[in-house]
Amino acid sequence: MLKIWSMKKEQEKAENAGEGTTAPAPKKKRVTAAQLRVQRDLAELSLGNTMTTEFPDPDNILSFILYIEPDEGMYKGGRFSFSFNVTPAFPHEPPKVLCREKIYHPNIDTEGKVCLNILREDWKPVLNLNAVIVGLQFLFLEPNASDPLNKEAADDLRNNRDGFKRNVRQAMAGGTVRGETYQRVLV
Amino acid sequence: MASANVHPASEPARWKYLDSVRTRPGPFTDASTFNGSVVARAMETMKVLVIGAGGLGCEILKNLALSGFKDIHVIDMDTIDISNLNRQFLFRQEDVGKSKAEVAARFVEKRVRGVRITPYNCKIQDFDEDFYMQFQLVICGLDSIEARRWINATLVGLVDENIEDSYKPLIDGGTEGFKGQARVIFPTVTSCIECQLDMHAPRAAVPLCTLASIPRQPEHCIEWAHVIAWDQEKPFPQLDKDDPEHINWLYQKALDRAREFNIPGVTYSLTQGVVKNIIPAIASTNSVIAAACCNEALKIASNCAPSLGLPDANYMMYSGNDGIYTYTFRHERKDDCPVCGGQARDLPADAAWTLRELLDSLAARPEAQLRQPSVRTATKTLYMQLPPSLEEQTRPNLDKTLAELGLDHGQEIVVTDPAFATVIFMFKLKFKSR
Ligand SMILES: [Zn+2]
Repeated sequence: MLKIWSMKKEQEKAENAGEGTTAPAPKKKRVTAAQLRVQRDLAELSLGNTMTTEFPDPDNILSFILYIEPDEGMYKGGRFSFSFNVTPAFPHEPPKVLCREKIYHPNIDTEGKVCLNILREDWKPVLNLNAVIVGLQFLFLEPNASDPLNKEAADDLRNNRDGFKRNVRQAMAGGTVRGETYQRVLV
Repeated sequence: MASANVHPASEPARWKYLDSVRTRPGPFTDASTFNGSVVARAMETMKVLVIGAGGLGCEILKNLALSGFKDIHVIDMDTIDISNLNRQFLFRQEDVGKSKAEVAARFVEKRVRGVRITPYNCKIQDFDEDFYMQFQLVICGLDSIEARRWINATLVGLVDENIEDSYKPLIDGGTEGFKGQARVIFPTVTSCIECQLDMHAPRAAVPLCTLASIPRQPEHCIEWAHVIAWDQEKPFPQLDKDDPEHINWLYQKALDRAREFNIPGVTYSLTQGVVKNIIPAIASTNSVIAAACCNEALKIASNCAPSLGLPDANYMMYSGNDGIYTYTFRHERKDDCPVCGGQARDLPADAAWTLRELLDSLAARPEAQLRQPSVRTATKTLYMQLPPSLEEQTRPNLDKTLAELGLDHGQEIVVTDPAFATVIFMFKLKFKSR
């Protein structure tokens, strides 16, 4: 009735002329598109000596933690961690990334949400996990006052760079800035 | 089937013109697959699954019933909202709040004699492979790319090269305002929805910082409530976009924020639209696309004329944004498609081998020649070269035997190697002892 079967048979004949047929294997759980893509992306991560990863369950590569220890800039000396959760819609959708510490940063709010363009409006399926970690690393080298998620921190950075630097040190040591107490992240 | 009632005296007249088309060969009919004498009966017993009973789904159900299909099934988890009534013409005011699938099924059954429509008021993900195996044809009228990818992967996964009936043609329609597309997918034979993912530009999201600090549009206030306020206040454990109470919470939050920034235009239905990512639908675009899809269904079922995808063009795009423009073309299947590409190749192995021996064999085999392989199954990470922490965690597996790792004859494994960054290798273990 349906023509698809004869098409498939012709295609197969053309592909492997001469090969014997094999017995069908029992159906197993299939690897998902997101898993395949993450397996490939992980092999391309360039972590350098400022980043490490941790997989709470090595069998679940869709969920892991990235640690960043900036070796220059205002956040040098701190250790920051981000949870990565890759949804089944990856790479059509970006990974969900949250900062796990409460930190003083103009582009990261106190809930851990990160304002990084490629994690939202500029994400494209051709981008990979490495692009995301490069972007996160950059946020610590060049915090950006024009895309504020923590408005107070952005105002400080814009109006008083030295004061901002002092606030960063204070917050990283677990101190209080403008009434908000931050988490100690110094190593 | 109650065949005694299928053809009462008036029935042959009803299908007279349809029969002229589907039972007689035309200039493009392929004589090797066409048999006019069995077409009508075949279409009557054929099980067709329609996914979605919304704007496109109403049209599709009506068209299929009027095209001679008699055993139609429809899945939709939604209930009827008053805003649907302008274009979802199988629904009436008194149906508001009822299941779309059920109301649509009853309406078409009543209107077209002899048609049986079986409704399912649930998600497509609620069913397993056995359920989908019973159909001969699947037609989608969905508004979400996730649902399309799910059914696509499921139908590709059903394919068993030894069973003719495991190949289910998938016809997919979609619209966005004045634009739309109709495409036909023959799983593992022609390009699939995952191969064609680049045809769907993800919807432009608003930068998080705009939502947080300088909202300008009512949509920004709603997104703020959805993305930021919800997480901060967690009024319910999990956001259910179909729960009116949840949508109402977001609506109130968005309204407060809009007042604060003097932004007019936040309404309940806009809130629902933004949160559920609903694209405004135009009734006639749905009609155009549904019509194209159903004619393909008729041709595939009857073989009376070549359908999309047989063998060349498989994708028709329609745009009414500037006059009318249609373009039909062939979208190529991608060899590295994670869903339909990379049919697993046999890899000779032995249950007594260690994983290290298996990896060594991958380097030695001429068709693989993989020297830095990382290997996983769907549920287990066997060995990853990178990143270092994962390498360390999986290194002990190298000295375990395949049997100890729970790998069986027929197990599919996925191998990646940095030397072939864009290629994914799928192998199926073939144990010698068997
Ligand atoms: Zn594909």
